[in-house]
Amino acid sequence: MFNRINKPNNDKANDKSDLGVTYTKSSTKGIDSVLDEIDAVLEKNAEEFVKGFIQKGGQ
Amino acid sequence: MGLENEYGISSAKSTDPIILSNRIVLAYANHIYPETKIRWDYDLENPLRDARGFDLSRAEADISLLTNEEVTIPNLVLTNGARFYVDHAHPEYAAPEVLTPSEIVQWDLAGERIMQIACALDAQQYPDDKIRVFKNNVDNKGASYGTHENYMTARSIDFNKLINVLTPHFITRQLYCGAGRIGLGQQSERSGYQISQRADYIEAHVGLETTMKRPIINTRDEPHADPAKHRRLHVIIGDANMSDFANLLKVGTTSLILSMIEDDFINSAEVELSDPVQIVKDISQDLDMKNIYETKSGKKLSALNIQSWYLEKARKYCNLKEVDEQTKEILNNWEYALEGLKNNPEILVDKIDWLAKYSIIEKYRNRDSFDLNHPTIRSLDFKYSEITTNDGISQVLRRNGLLTELISEEAIKKAITEPPETTRAWFRGKVLSNFSQSVSAVSWDSVIFDLDKSQPLVRISTLDPLRGTRELVGQFIDKSTSAAELVSLIRATPGIN
Repeated sequence: MFNRINKPNNDKANDKSDLGVTYTKSSTKGIDSVLDEIDAVLEKNAEEFVKGFIQKGGQ
Repeated sequence: MGLENEYGISSAKSTDPIILSNRIVLAYANHIYPETKIRWDYDLENPLRDARGFDLSRAEADISLLTNEEVTIPNLVLTNGARFYVDHAHPEYAAPEVLTPSEIVQWDLAGERIMQIACALDAQQYPDDKIRVFKNNVDNKGASYGTHENYMTARSIDFNKLINVLTPHFITRQLYCGAGRIGLGQQSERSGYQISQRADYIEAHVGLETTMKRPIINTRDEPHADPAKHRRLHVIIGDANMSDFANLLKVGTTSLILSMIEDDFINSAEVELSDPVQIVKDISQDLDMKNIYETKSGKKLSALNIQSWYLEKARKYCNLKEVDEQTKEILNNWEYALEGLKNNPEILVDKIDWLAKYSIIEKYRNRDSFDLNHPTIRSLDFKYSEITTNDGISQVLRRNGLLTELISEEAIKKAITEPPETTRAWFRGKVLSNFSQSVSAVSWDSVIFDLDKSQPLVRISTLDPLRGTRELVGQFIDKSTSAAELVSLIRATPGIN
């Protein structure tokens, strides 16, 4: 199930149908229950944020 | 043992990260030591000493390796015994020395809180250029910065034995302590999700460098202790963890393996692989965990098989020895993680960072039909480990019980200001909380007092990490009303520092 995300993905519908069976009820429900809260903290301008996150190398 | 984290840093106006790092360390310095300037004592540092027995000449060394060049960068030692400073272009929190994996997690979490406090203080001064801090290891554009573990080990161990036994562990332990990353390749040249933040930046098997050609086994030999007795194994391959469970297992399993090496209980010939530098990347991208590798001895094993091999050895080892409850708990967690990864990874989404992050990404991809390159999805990767305030994704998960917490809020708060009691960090921290006005400089293995401006400075060595504990020096700290009194008490009592 986990290799799916790294394969070229042309079939989103099929992709979705996988999910129901891969997650146990409790964990699905768990994360579903906080999606609103995650939505609220997500970047308003994700593109600018992702582009702007530039670090210098460290150790 | 101890854990260091270099944090990612950015700001509203995209100010240079070196300036931002200076700003937040200074903000915290002014907060905790408003009237004192304490210098880091670099005299005993030698980052170019190689565990294999030679020194890299300074002329040959890349400038970024020279961590002991004294320049005007803020460099703080805290009352909890930690060091908080600017390393290259990152704020770094190097936690105090502790004896147990759960203390590692406790003082690492305190480090997150210290970063948060520092950000809030800085924001009062720079409200238009607020700083954001991320506990991760990559910017997905080519830069990587480290999370380093340190383990005190016996000098008597053959370093080649350390290399041989630890390498298969270090490349496979990512299965439970990988932090997850969107992007494949150092500059995310290819699209995809992988288990480890750090794997693509590992370019050598064994080496001294930490800023380039990063090795699986780092040979920096700077013990910060008596070099005749000890070495400090400096591990640079690990990821920064948001999950307490993953953080605990990362250091818990590694400590157990080091104990087995010290007791000559383990021989890794069965699990040694011939191309670990390539395989660490391969494992990181094998989300199904099904790839099979041929060992030098001709066995065919998966990464999970290799981890199970170590677990089995550790179980046998612990059955022969008296081990404490925490060690038993680590063995049980280790087994729980490996069983879960093998049979039902979903039960681990509240315990393993790469699975937690992955499950959130999957939710968004499916809800909004986004692909992996969509900016919202890519932002999730960074946002998972943001700790600026309490609106990082891992923090949302934590407060909803979806990322297991192992350390109580009370213990985390205590560790922000209090040192661990069972190492020399106790002495360092207590001196700073009680007598910071009389301290001139501090390092891991010394405290330098300025007792009287007309007299020379006084250096108290703290070379033995297991002295300077609450048990040994607590009564002297308690009864001293001045630094001078403390120094004379310490000097009159051999063997406590």
